[in-house]
Amino acid sequence: MKKRTPSLCALPMLLALCLTQLAAAQAEFRFPATVEAGSEFSVATSGSGEASLYIVGPGEALERKVQLGEKISFGAEDLHNAGHYVAILIAGASSRSVQFDVAASSRPGALGFLAKPSRLAVNRENGISGVVYIFDTFGNLELSPRDVSFQLADAIGGAQLRNATSREGVAFVQMNSAPKAGAAHFQAAVDGVHATRVIEQVPGDPCSIRMTARPAAGQRVRLQTDPVRDCGGNPVPDGTIVSFTETYGGRVSTVDVPLKRGVAQTELPAENGAVISAAAGVVLGNEIRWSGR
Amino acid sequence: MSADFLNTNPRNIDSGVMDRGHENRKHGGVIFALGLLVATLALVAVGTIWPNQQDSGVAEPKAKLIISASSPQDAVNNLLQQIARREWHSAYELLGNKGEFSETEFRSDLTGDYGSLRSYAMLNQFDLQPLHASADQALIRAHLLWSSVVGTFGDSRDLHVVRNGRRWEVNWPIVKQTRVPPQVIPVNYLRWDVIYRGPEDDWGAQDVEAPHVRIVAMHPVDRAGEVILMGELLNEDVVPAFVTVKATLLDSKGAALGTEDAFDRISHVLLPKQVTPFRVDFHNIRMSQVDSIRMQPSSNLVPASADPVIGIESQQLNPLPNASLTGQLVNQSGQVVNVAHVIGTFYDGGGQIVWVADQYPSRALLPGTPVPFQISLPADISSKVKTYRVVTTTYISSRIQ
Repeated sequence: MKKRTPSLCALPMLLALCLTQLAAAQAEFRFPATVEAGSEFSVATSGSGEASLYIVGPGEALERKVQLGEKISFGAEDLHNAGHYVAILIAGASSRSVQFDVAASSRPGALGFLAKPSRLAVNRENGISGVVYIFDTFGNLELSPRDVSFQLADAIGGAQLRNATSREGVAFVQMNSAPKAGAAHFQAAVDGVHATRVIEQVPGDPCSIRMTARPAAGQRVRLQTDPVRDCGGNPVPDGTIVSFTETYGGRVSTVDVPLKRGVAQTELPAENGAVISAAAGVVLGNEIRWSGR
Repeated sequence: MSADFLNTNPRNIDSGVMDRGHENRKHGGVIFALGLLVATLALVAVGTIWPNQQDSGVAEPKAKLIISASSPQDAVNNLLQQIARREWHSAYELLGNKGEFSETEFRSDLTGDYGSLRSYAMLNQFDLQPLHASADQALIRAHLLWSSVVGTFGDSRDLHVVRNGRRWEVNWPIVKQTRVPPQVIPVNYLRWDVIYRGPEDDWGAQDVEAPHVRIVAMHPVDRAGEVILMGELLNEDVVPAFVTVKATLLDSKGAALGTEDAFDRISHVLLPKQVTPFRVDFHNIRMSQVDSIRMQPSSNLVPASADPVIGIESQQLNPLPNASLTGQLVNQSGQVVNVAHVIGTFYDGGGQIVWVADQYPSRALLPGTPVPFQISLPADISSKVKTYRVVTTTYISSRIQ
């Protein structure tokens, strides 16, 4: 191209264009190697005349008309997606390009906080996991190391604290579930930015079942459990099934009853000598031999 | 046909042997014909002396009514054809004991009440078995086969047929439906509602956790040229779960031979700590083809209710020839259950599951009113069964539970 320039210059009609090309050939511009997302900055250019600047990056493209020899200014909203960019300056038939990176902002703006599981039994060692993804205000993942603090506050005021340092934008921690059931607030914080999730800590399996029986109307026996609790003393949630079984003379009667207000109650046929038992899941309760009283 | 008859090459046939062969076959044919004649006469005689006691019919909605009920069978046939056509008034008019109950009660006996399985069933077929007959009355056992949305169910009635002038009329053995007296039944209603993650939540916001379920037993068997998987699934969570079980049979190269799910041989809604049996049938796959099995239980958190509570009383194993498990369902809640589903798990002496079977009782479960059920057992299985466990699922027209 440059070799053909003198021949073009020989044509008077293209003199003006030739001059423009020469100016573009002299145009220079230099971007910083790394720019912080959302920051204001400017780029100096050299040469003269008008040119077009194109910037292409992840998820966005810009076009600017620039005056060579003047600074090109970028505002806070111009470049906010982190990643690798290409800037192309075109003046007439000539072009120059440079490459640069946009890095995430140094100030965290939001946390992506994954807390699993949302519901688990009490007293589970390392049963709760929290993963934090640190983003700046533009949603870019912050890859530089950050100190992240995690706090798990249970329903009775107890709290577990853990700290972790993020790596490649991610920090991870494991926590124990509390001995008492209830909703726990799991919070992750980085430089004043925090996110909270609720972990439901639920009672474990019933520890024991105690059942009483008394006569009921119409040759029936009324069965009722004491309040059912797990081994930590937490009331087992309502709805948990308690199975009552009555065996008499080769015949079996069963009924699956959900706990309501902590107890399960039902009625079965009253047969003298019948053996009645109760169970919930794999936990067996006491056994009653019904004698009519 | 013997090889000699096929041999048409004359050089290979000895003429003397051939003649003797023809002679023998001729005598044999005569003896066979005489034997056939004697057997036919004997069968005719047996049929005349001891006529067939069975009669059967296919319920045809367009079948013509035999107007003149000149025999007890005709009278019963007329009645059952009208029932099959759901012509309740016509059927009622054919009865000889109309004074004992109203047409509404007659219809209620046949179709059930409260939107039960019977309400939507059609009489598909019936068999008649005369038990006793005299000049003026007869007793005929009618085996009725009804078809419903969940399969067929049977109903057996002993019908007294009496002569009224020149006609025979059926005295219908009415089974009057129990009526629950007006009352107020207090219920501590327990249900779970679920708020799921919304579209406006950010991607890191957690959703409600799916219930934790676990297969606690599984036993594959090879039966009649097909593989049957049976097992039990436990909801070990504190919330209700809608569960399904899918199974894939794999051959030695890891290729799938077939994938099936438990369909309705499972209780789909499990309350906390509740166990359901499941059964998955693979037709046309033999156990010898199977190298491994991939089980895929799944659970979803669903809004559910803890009611109604159904007692399963007087469960009893019945020996052969009618090997079955019978019992009664008692609705302990105040809500009418339109359709109940009973699933039985049967174990051998070692606690191994040997069979899973189910039944849909045809009548609705009214509060406090026992409804019988019967789960049939294969003859070869019944001898192995030592213990069993029965669960029920209920369907209520206003909601599916």
